[in-house]
This record gives sequence, C-alpha cells and structure tokens, in this order.
Amino acid sequence: MKKERILHPAAKIWGGAKLPHRKDTAELESEIFPSPSTVTIPVSQHIGAPCEPTVAVGDNVFVGTKIADSEAFVSAPIHSSVSGTVKEIKKVKVASGSLCNAIVIENDHKDQIDPNIKPCPVNTPEELIAAARNCGLVGLGGAGFPAHVKLKPDGNRPIDVLIVNGAECEPYITADYRAALEDSEDILDGIYLIKKILGLKKVIIAVEDNKPKALKVLFDIAAGKQDVLDEVKLMKLKSHYPQGAEKVIIYTTTGRKVPLGKLPADVGCIVMNITSIATLSKYIKTGIPLIKKRVTVAGNAVKNPKNLIVPIGTAVSEILDYCEAENPEKILMGGPMMGVAVTDTAIPIVKANNAVLCFNGKEANGFDPTNCINCGRCIMACPMNLHPREVELSVDFNEGAEKYKKLNADYCIECGSCAFSCPARRPLVETMRLAKQEIRKAGAKNA
Amino acid sequence: MLKVSSSPHIRNIENTTGIMFDVIIALIPLGIAGVIMYGFYAALIIAVSVAAAVTSEYLWCKAIKKQATLRDLSAVVTGLLIAYNLPPTIPLWMAALGSAIAIIVVKQMFGGLGHNFANPAITARIVLMVSFPAEMTNFILPFAAQSAVSSPTPLSTFPSFGQFGILRLFLGNYPGCLGETSALLILVGGIYLVWRKVISPIIPVFFCGTVFLFTLIATGNPVVALSAVCSGGVMLGAVFMATDYVTSPKLPIGKIIFAVGCGLITMLIRIYGNLPEGVSFSILLMNLLTPLIDKIPGVKPFGYKEEK
Repeated sequence: MKKERILHPAAKIWGGAKLPHRKDTAELESEIFPSPSTVTIPVSQHIGAPCEPTVAVGDNVFVGTKIADSEAFVSAPIHSSVSGTVKEIKKVKVASGSLCNAIVIENDHKDQIDPNIKPCPVNTPEELIAAARNCGLVGLGGAGFPAHVKLKPDGNRPIDVLIVNGAECEPYITADYRAALEDSEDILDGIYLIKKILGLKKVIIAVEDNKPKALKVLFDIAAGKQDVLDEVKLMKLKSHYPQGAEKVIIYTTTGRKVPLGKLPADVGCIVMNITSIATLSKYIKTGIPLIKKRVTVAGNAVKNPKNLIVPIGTAVSEILDYCEAENPEKILMGGPMMGVAVTDTAIPIVKANNAVLCFNGKEANGFDPTNCINCGRCIMACPMNLHPREVELSVDFNEGAEKYKKLNADYCIECGSCAFSCPARRPLVETMRLAKQEIRKAGAKNA
Repeated sequence: MLKVSSSPHIRNIENTTGIMFDVIIALIPLGIAGVIMYGFYAALIIAVSVAAAVTSEYLWCKAIKKQATLRDLSAVVTGLLIAYNLPPTIPLWMAALGSAIAIIVVKQMFGGLGHNFANPAITARIVLMVSFPAEMTNFILPFAAQSAVSSPTPLSTFPSFGQFGILRLFLGNYPGCLGETSALLILVGGIYLVWRKVISPIIPVFFCGTVFLFTLIATGNPVVALSAVCSGGVMLGAVFMATDYVTSPKLPIGKIIFAVGCGLITMLIRIYGNLPEGVSFSILLMNLLTPLIDKIPGVKPFGYKEEK
C-alpha cells in the first residue's frame, strides 16, 4: 500500500451533530473480565428469527458449544461462552425491556473448550458464508444483522467494494478502536481473505480522524502485505456523527446512496464492522465462535472506566461492580445517542453490545421540552434530509400513516442528531419512532 | 430505581435561553449608544419597555394559570427591540403599552413562545405608529443636550437623509429611533450572532442587498443606495427582527424569498407610499406569508428514488 493511499472521503453528508467525543478510555488496554459464575445467554441477539435452544437443562457444555440455532435464513447460531452445566432455560428481561428466552449456564470455571472446535480454513464463497454463520457472527457495530446473509453473493447485484466500518462515531465508546490496535493482524488477515474469496475489486478501511493511532497501525500492517493491485485503501473520515451509520458511511466512502428499504448490496457494497471482521478472522484461524465481546465501561458514575473483554451472557451488575460504579442513576447499553436506558442491572451482555455507560447527577437527568421556536436546527441536522418538527406536529395531531409516509418518516435512521440539536429539547426521535411504527403497521395491514 | 429516558440521552449545550441571551448581548451596544446619544431618558425608555414586557408575560401566565416561562428571556429580547424602535422622546406609558401589546396580543394570545403570528416588536411599533403618529415621529438630533443649541427643534417628519454624510449615517449620528440609527453597531451585533450561529446571514444580506440594489437601479448612485440601507430602520429590521425564527422561513430558499420580499416591499412603500421607512410593514407582511413560504418542499430525502 503506497504512502499516499490514505484517502479522503468521497462525499460529505448533510447535517449530523457535533458531539463531544469523550473517548476517555481510548488509551486503556483491554482487560479480560474474570469469568462470571453464571452466564445468561438470550436466544435472540440479532435481527431476524430468534433461535431455539439446542441444549436442555442439565446438559454439560464447553466453551464454544452451540446452544441455540434456527432454521430461518436470517438468523445466527448462539454458543456458550463458558464451560459448565445448563442450569435453566427461562424468560429474562433484556435491554429493550421485553422478555426473551435465555439459557442460564453455571460456570464450572474449568474453561474447557469444546473438543469439536478446530480451525476452519475457507477457500470458496460458500465456505466463507458457512463460516460466518457457524461462528454466530452478527453485525458487531450494534445493529446485529446476521453476517452470512450480507456475504451471500447474488448474481443480480454484483459487489465490488467492501467497506470496513471503523468509524465508531458515538461518544465514549472505544471498543472498535481498541480492536483496531489490538487485533490489527486478525483484521487485516480477515480483510484480505474476504477480498480474495469474494473477488472484490476494492476495500476501503474507513476510520474517523479522531483515531490517528488506529489509522497508522492499520496502514503500517497493510503496507507490509502483498497488495499487488493496490486495492485495499485506508480512508480518513471526518469525526462527525453519525459517520458510522451504514447509509452514511457508504455515502462518504463511495458516494453511493442506498435507497429506502434497500440493502448495501443493492449499490454494490458490503459493510462490515471492524470487530466483526476480527471475530470472523479469529474463527477461521482457531474455530472459536463469537463468545466474547469487547465492551467500553465509562460514564461519570464509573470510578474505574475500562475496555473489558466480557463473556457473552455476563450480567451488567457484575461488570459495574468490577469497574466500581458509584450510585449509577442511569445505565445505558450502547452510546448516549442511540443506546438504550435499562431498568435493572441483571441484563446480560449480548453480541451487539459495545458499551455500558453509567451516569449520575446532572448527566443522568432527562430533558423537559419547551416550546418549539421554529429555529430549523432539526432540519439542518438530519442526515436523511427530513423535517423532524413537521413529523412531530403530525404525530401530535395523530394525522395517520399516510401523512407520515408523505413526510418520509420511514427514511429516518433514528440517529438522534435532530433531538441533540434542538434548543427546546423536543422529543423528536420519540415522535419519529411513533410515525415509523404507524407506517409499519399500515404496511403490514395492506400486505 | 434507575432513571430511564429515550435516546438520545445527551443534548447540545445550546438551549432557547442561551440563544436569547446571545441576542441580548448583540443588542447591548445599541442600547449604550442610545443612552449616550439621547441621555438618561433613553435608559428609562429601555427599562420601562423591558419591564413592561416581562411583567405582561408574567401577569398573563398567572391569569391563565400557566407556568410563566420568563426564564427563556424572550420577553426581555422583545422589550429591548420595542425600545429600540421608539423615538427617544416617546412618553413612557406608550412604550409600556407597546410592550404589553407585543407580548399579550401578538405572542401570548396565540400560544406563547413559538406561536406568534408576526414579529411582536414590529407589530407593536406599527400599532403605536398608527395610534400615535405624532409622538412616534417626534425625533431629535443626537447629542442635542450637549450641543450649544439650547433647545433642539424637534423634526416632525423623517429628516431627508441628503443632509447627513454617509459616515454620519453609518455611525448613527442622525435623528431616528432609539436603537435603529447606528448601522455600525447593528453590523457588529449581526456579525456576533452569525459567528455564534444564532442567525443565518441569508436574511440580513438579502434584505439589505435588495434595498441597496433597488435604490442603485432607481438612482444610479451607489452612495445614495448605501444611505438607503443605513437609514429608515432597514439594518435593525433586517438583522434583529426579520431573522426572528418563529416568523421567518426555515429553509435557505425560503429565507431568500422572505428577505427579497421584505426588501421589495420596503422600497415600494418608500417610493409610492407616504413613509420614508416601510420596513415595519414589509416585515409584517412577509411574516404573514411565512407559513406559505415554508410549504415549498425541501430537498428530497436521502436516497429517494421516484416510484416507477
């Protein structure tokens, strides 16, 4: 990779929000979280059909044993993150507040890896897709979309570019950044493998400019690799929210716009999170599926913020104790822009989690809305060119799904830039979500 | 018990009160200049206007049993702007009346902050002008108290601006309303607001630009065109009143149409009407058109494809 191959963005997205970065944990090396005594692993950790347990109460499981799977196409298997015995299978509350079936495993602390696990070299696209499915890979940037569905080639939609999403635009979260520094070899190996197997012409590794170290490390390793055609390039993106959103990053790296309801494959792109590639690469090399997650623990109520590598299914309460959270009043799973505030700390860490943030005092407070002053900041902030205030008014007057569709509420990616920018603290994302829900309901009725 | 909220969980530091406070800061130099030019009575007018505005809002909210939102400082901004739109000889009770009308009739009766149908200060000025034309055009020379002349001759009509050089017009050293004469200080305030991202420069630039161009085409004299911008309240209206969020369009294209409309109507009133100013009426008329202008569709959403 030649020296001048750090690219500038291909296009600039409209709007967004200028957020404080607060990447206080950026330079903290990831610590391995000590194995918990039990893990509670939900059977639905991804977009798509929930899995069915493939083990029963009393079964012995090892690290990496498959414990749940589904026949549906859009789904991904789930594996045990510890070795031990299945204690119970019950419904637990997950971050969103709803109940989900989960497999509770009692850890025997022997850390025995499943004897069936072995390296899984891939040579063809079919083997790559099977590997992505078998390791339980879902979009680890937070969306949780089953990766093998993304990688499936479709003759009608040729793919020519892989975009490696290292943007990590939310404040506080440094999980992908640490992955870029600590798993760099795995990441580059994974990238070159995917490129070779899928026959992709171009790879863009996109990282925000507030992570210069990551850019340098990835660049240096890639420079040492065989890149005959110079087709793997690094791109320095502006650190501007919501740079990491899928549609946004496709636009800023390639200039292509993904239409409503379509996938990146429809514009010839595959987007994979940098940690997802690292996980797939490690699976191919060792056979160990997705059972651990790097999570940033931060926020003003955390005395000892850290980047932790946590077994999936660990309860948030154990992580908070380990990082010495003091009087947390608000706990977020995810970043402050799109994260979910949880109601209790028994919630387990799932595949798509990147951060646990704890706040107390002023930073834990909600916001009281005041009158809209018609300033238009929400319109200037929306990367999808929507008019959030108009949708809010429409929802307040209950104008119906047809009106919301006319206002294009279904284009919203719920990034929160509008509500962030609103000086009157109006609940713009909440009303937009209601509008989207009505559109979905009306669409389902008509189908 | 954990606190729960809907995403996003952080907000930008800037809020409504902060925006209003920035406007107040931008208006302070004008007030100081007004007091320097016209003496202590000017300070009284400003104080009474602001006090009347704040009190009206408080009493109204109390009367309809709604929480008084004085904290957002919007009443203070309205009070200041009303004071700056009055001649420095106005009886104090008229200033108070103007503030009360602006806050109660134009703003609160229609729903309070964010619901006024037209700029409150401009509407109050028009109401006072129509009700008390003599007092509202009773201008005096600045620094009259300090000049050798024992008692200045009040001008009952707007002075013809040819008698003042362009420099005096720019600095504001000519008879006019309390805070509208100094183009320089208004420019400074405007630049501050644009720098703080409180207002977009589109409306002031296009409003003043239209007035300038129109006069330039009509008279062929750029100095006269510039003096047309620096006089008659164009600068104050363009920077502080036409840019009011509530009553001006949100999208850039809407703002341009609004500002050009204001400029055109101002010039038409000046040329064909009886008044040498015209700014108040033009802003009022364009305020009324704003909901219509806002209906102009913006850019299509990201990735929009025509349904085949």
